[in-house]
Amino acid sequence: MDANYAPYVPVVIVTILVVGLAAVILLLNRMLGPRRPTNIKSIPFESGADPYSKPRTRMSVKFYMTAILFLVFDLEVVFIYPWASRYKAWLADDAFAPIAFGGMVLFVIIVTLGLLYEWKRGAMDWE
Amino acid sequence: MSLGELVLWGLVKFVAIVFGWVMLVATVLTYIERKQSAYVQNRIGPNRAWIGGKRFPLSATIGQILADAAKVLFKEDTEPPRGGNPILHQISPALAFIPALLMWIVIPFGPGPMPGAEGENWFLIADVNVGLLLMFAIMSVSVYGGVIGAWASNSGFSLLGGLRVGAQMISYEVTLGLNLVGIFMIFGSMRLNDIVWGQGDLAWGIVVQPVAFILFMVASIAETKRAPFDMPEAESELVAGYFTEFSSMRFAVFSLSEFIALIAVAAVGVTCFLGGWQIPWVDTPVDAAGVPVYGWITVAQVGIFLAKMIFLIWLQMQIRWTLPRFRYDQVMKLGWVYLLPLSLLNLFVTAIVMYLAR
Repeated sequence: MDANYAPYVPVVIVTILVVGLAAVILLLNRMLGPRRPTNIKSIPFESGADPYSKPRTRMSVKFYMTAILFLVFDLEVVFIYPWASRYKAWLADDAFAPIAFGGMVLFVIIVTLGLLYEWKRGAMDWE
Repeated sequence: MSLGELVLWGLVKFVAIVFGWVMLVATVLTYIERKQSAYVQNRIGPNRAWIGGKRFPLSATIGQILADAAKVLFKEDTEPPRGGNPILHQISPALAFIPALLMWIVIPFGPGPMPGAEGENWFLIADVNVGLLLMFAIMSVSVYGGVIGAWASNSGFSLLGGLRVGAQMISYEVTLGLNLVGIFMIFGSMRLNDIVWGQGDLAWGIVVQPVAFILFMVASIAETKRAPFDMPEAESELVAGYFTEFSSMRFAVFSLSEFIALIAVAAVGVTCFLGGWQIPWVDTPVDAAGVPVYGWITVAQVGIFLAKMIFLIWLQMQIRWTLPRFRYDQVMKLGWVYLLPLSLLNLFVTAIVMYLAR
C-alpha cells in the first residue's frame, strides 16, 4: 500500500460505516413507527392557522451576497493554509525568510483591501 | 501495513471511538443539557423516568435516555407537508448526521509518534497529514443537511430557518478556519498529532494564541448553531427553524448530530488550544525511535483529554443558558465586520512576531 494513500483507507471505511449507521437508524424508525397520514398533518405548520402564502417565494438578495463572499474568503483561507504550515520551516532558512514573510504580507493586505471594499459597498449591512 | 490490516484497525477504532465515546456522550448530553438548563432556570427538569421506579444513582439519567430513545423510535415518521419532497426530506437528517460523525476521524485521543517519527497512531482513526483541512472540508458539507431539509419541508418557518442556517454556517466557517492559521504557523503542521506534541508543559495554544482561542470559541458556538447564535432554530421566532416539519427519528437525528458537532468542535478546541492529551510537566515516555511507550501515563493522558473536552462542553452549555439570543443582522455583522478582520489581524501579528523573533 502506498504510504501516501494508506491514511485515507480508514476514512473510506468510516464513511461507509457512518452512512450505514444513519440508514439503519432512519429505516428502523420507518419500520417500527405507525404511519397514519391525515389531511391536517399534510398542511405546513403555521402555528395552527391555514397557510398564509406559498413558502417558496423570492428571498432576500443578502443571502446570495453572503454565499459569494463566503466563496471568495474561504478560498483565500485555503490558500493561506499551505503557507502557514510551512512558515516555521521557511523562517529557519535566512535567505528565504523575507520572501516567505513578504509574500504573505502582500496576500493578506490584498485580502484585507477586498474585505474593506465589500464592507464599504454595503455587502455586509443587514439593515 | 497491508490493506487488510488497515481495514481491520479502521473498523476497530471506529467502533471504539464512535460507539464507546461519541454516541455515548451525545446521548448523555441530551439529558445533561435539559438538567443543566433546569438548574440555571431554577427548575427541576426531567425526573420521571426512573428505572423500575427505583431511586439508585444514575437511575434517572439512564432511564430518561432509554425512554427518549424508545419513544423516538416508535413515534410516527411523518411525511413532509403537501408540495414537499419526500425523498430529500428523508435523507436530509442523514446528510447532517454523517459529516458530524466523520469529523471525528482526525482527532487524536492520546499520544501518537513524535513529529517525523515513523509509527502507528493508535488513538486516532486516520493519521492524515492535512488533518484539519480534511476536517473543515467535512464540516462544510454539514450545511447541506439543514438547507435541504428546510427546502424539502415546503413550510415558511422551515425555509426561513434553512436560509439562516446556510448563511450563518458559511459565514462563521471562514472565521473558524482563519483562527487556526496562527496555530499552524506556530506548530508548523496541520496534523493534529504534531500540533499536540508542540504543546508540552504550558506552551498551550491558548498561551501562544489567546486572541485566536476567544475567536475560535465564538465562531465554534455559531458554527454549531447554539445560543446566543441559534437564529436558525429560534423557537420564539421560527418554532423550530429548519426542522419544524420533522418528527420522530428524523428530528432526533438532527438534534443528535448537533450534539455530536458540539463535542467535535470542543475536541478540536482542546487539541489546538488546550494542549490535547498533554499533561503539563509530565513527559510522554518514548522509545529511541520517538514512538510512545504505553503505560499508566497514557491512560492518564487520555483521561485528561476527555476531562478538558468535558470542560469545554460545559462552558458552551453554560454560555447557551446564560446569554440572550442575538438579532440576525447582529450575528451576520459580528461574523463579517468584527471577527473576520480580527482574525486577519491576529494572523498578521503572528507572522510579524514570528519573523522578528526568528
